[in-house]
Amino acid sequence: MKSPSLPTVAGIAVGVVLLQLGVSAAGKTYYLTQLTMAVYFAIVVMGLALLMGYAGQVSLGHGAFFALGGYTSAFLTTHNFAAHKSAAWVQPLQQAGVLISRQNLYDGSDLLTVTPWAAFVVALVAALLVATVIGYPSLRLKGHYLAMATLGFGLIIYRILLGTPQLGAADGITGVPAWSMGFGLTLSGKSALRVQNYYLAWGVALAVLALLTNLVHSRIGRALRAIHDHETAANAMGVNTARLKLQAFVISAVLAAAAGSFLTHFNGSIGPSEAGALKSVRYVALVAAGGMANLPGALIVSTLLNYLSLRDWFGTYDSAVFGVILIAIVSLAPEGPLKPIGLWIRARARTLVGRKEAPHAAA
Amino acid sequence: MPLLEVENLGQRFGGLVALDHVSFQVNEGTIKAIIGPNGAGKTTLFNLVSGIFPPTAGRVRFNGTVTTGLKPYQIAALGVARTFQNVSLFLHMTVLENIMVGRHTRTRHGVVSCALRGPGQRREERALRESARDQLEEVALGDKAGQPAGSLSFGQRRMVELARALATEPKLLLLDEPASGLNLKETDDLAGRIRQIRDRGVTVLLVEHDMSLVMDISDDILALHFGTSIAEGPPAQIQNDPKVIAVYLGEHRHAASS
Repeated sequence: MKSPSLPTVAGIAVGVVLLQLGVSAAGKTYYLTQLTMAVYFAIVVMGLALLMGYAGQVSLGHGAFFALGGYTSAFLTTHNFAAHKSAAWVQPLQQAGVLISRQNLYDGSDLLTVTPWAAFVVALVAALLVATVIGYPSLRLKGHYLAMATLGFGLIIYRILLGTPQLGAADGITGVPAWSMGFGLTLSGKSALRVQNYYLAWGVALAVLALLTNLVHSRIGRALRAIHDHETAANAMGVNTARLKLQAFVISAVLAAAAGSFLTHFNGSIGPSEAGALKSVRYVALVAAGGMANLPGALIVSTLLNYLSLRDWFGTYDSAVFGVILIAIVSLAPEGPLKPIGLWIRARARTLVGRKEAPHAAA
Repeated sequence: MPLLEVENLGQRFGGLVALDHVSFQVNEGTIKAIIGPNGAGKTTLFNLVSGIFPPTAGRVRFNGTVTTGLKPYQIAALGVARTFQNVSLFLHMTVLENIMVGRHTRTRHGVVSCALRGPGQRREERALRESARDQLEEVALGDKAGQPAGSLSFGQRRMVELARALATEPKLLLLDEPASGLNLKETDDLAGRIRQIRDRGVTVLLVEHDMSLVMDISDDILALHFGTSIAEGPPAQIQNDPKVIAVYLGEHRHAASS
């Protein structure tokens, strides 16, 4: 049995390559920068699609998990531990690749910071722990308690970021270093690395798509959908509903944090608005626009809309546009716009074929 | 040997006593029916045995293990499966997927291995799909495997729900009004099927209003009235029990003779 994700992932990969070739041939490689950013945002949306579309739970705090990952990476890779240089724990951590000494680019002074890989791991673990603490009590109950808990969590994180000078308060954290990942890959927003980073982002996103697609086509995915359809019956059939809902929530939170960490290294900075409620609602709108229980739909629609948003198509109405999208989808096309469009195309094709066949039928 | 022992089970909802110290046993390999007028506490009893909510008094012992206080999924894993009075399928999933969910406790692979789709997980998935297909063939709905469960007729849904419960490989099967909404022919088929299930070694406990079905297939009957047990015994004895006749069968006989 072949992997259910293979044809979709391969199809999208071909499109990704063609897009890059076209954009580069047109001499507009700077488009790739915003595309790369949009792809990282789409990773958040795919994780949220697992939670909303499959487990049937809503999170209104995924912006905060994104910020949790981004800020953890930003803080740890820019905070100077040089004052502790002679402490006993520094050398073993340096040897383990957790700490690295480098020079301040501005004044040449010594810097001792956490390496991006280590900061990334800390970001993921932090998201895992925080999501477990928030999700455990609210997911033991039936109903939309998670939405309330995550809404509160998002507001708290936003206010903490705004009010903490060590995290740059309203300015956020800047000067986040590039991330040398090994294998000749460097996660960075430098224009010379645009093409490489475009493929890096898509590589991560397609890997996430493949893993999540495998997951939803397994006993775990079926159990999640069963919970969504009839939680009591799922439980009576032997599904540990509280545990599975929590697992889906933690996975989606960790993916959001990972995306936050990646994008922060790509941009070189992060600000508190990433944790704002409007960002969290935007992710929810994008899951709906992608078709809820539709992972490739989430990836493609979210990349497209976030790209347009980053290209400033929506101007000052940016957040309003995503609000309108959410309302329009929920009221007009609850299964997402892709399905009605697909049905329309199929119906059109059938009438066209029908017209061609009509003379035969008459004859 | 008793497979299920219910001891002094009680349930209050605020001031309402839904179940008042009911005790009974179900012997392994038998079919036992619970009868009683509406509001007698039959479905409440089922919900307590399957762990949907914990009782306010008493305890349930299944196969030697006290199951009171366990969650439904834990009780299901021990070997108790159930159907619901208002058929509770996963309507947005296919018929086959519904039955595959029934195999959840008989499969092991977790989140990480399902995402990675290693050879072991793929083997398990294949075996799971095949056994679910067999289960579906047994209720003669093999041709509906790929259809959404929501597209089936009511009688077919009942059969899928039964197949889903059997897919858990239960020792005890709880059927909550399995014949309600079925026509005569379907009820007849159901009687044969329940006997077949018992003959395969699965103990059956059912709640049912259809008296001819109950008298036909049950080895043993418990009659409830307003949350208390009023009679227990084989069908012939229950049919002639004055208390049962007074509260339940009496009206029925009276109506039939008039």
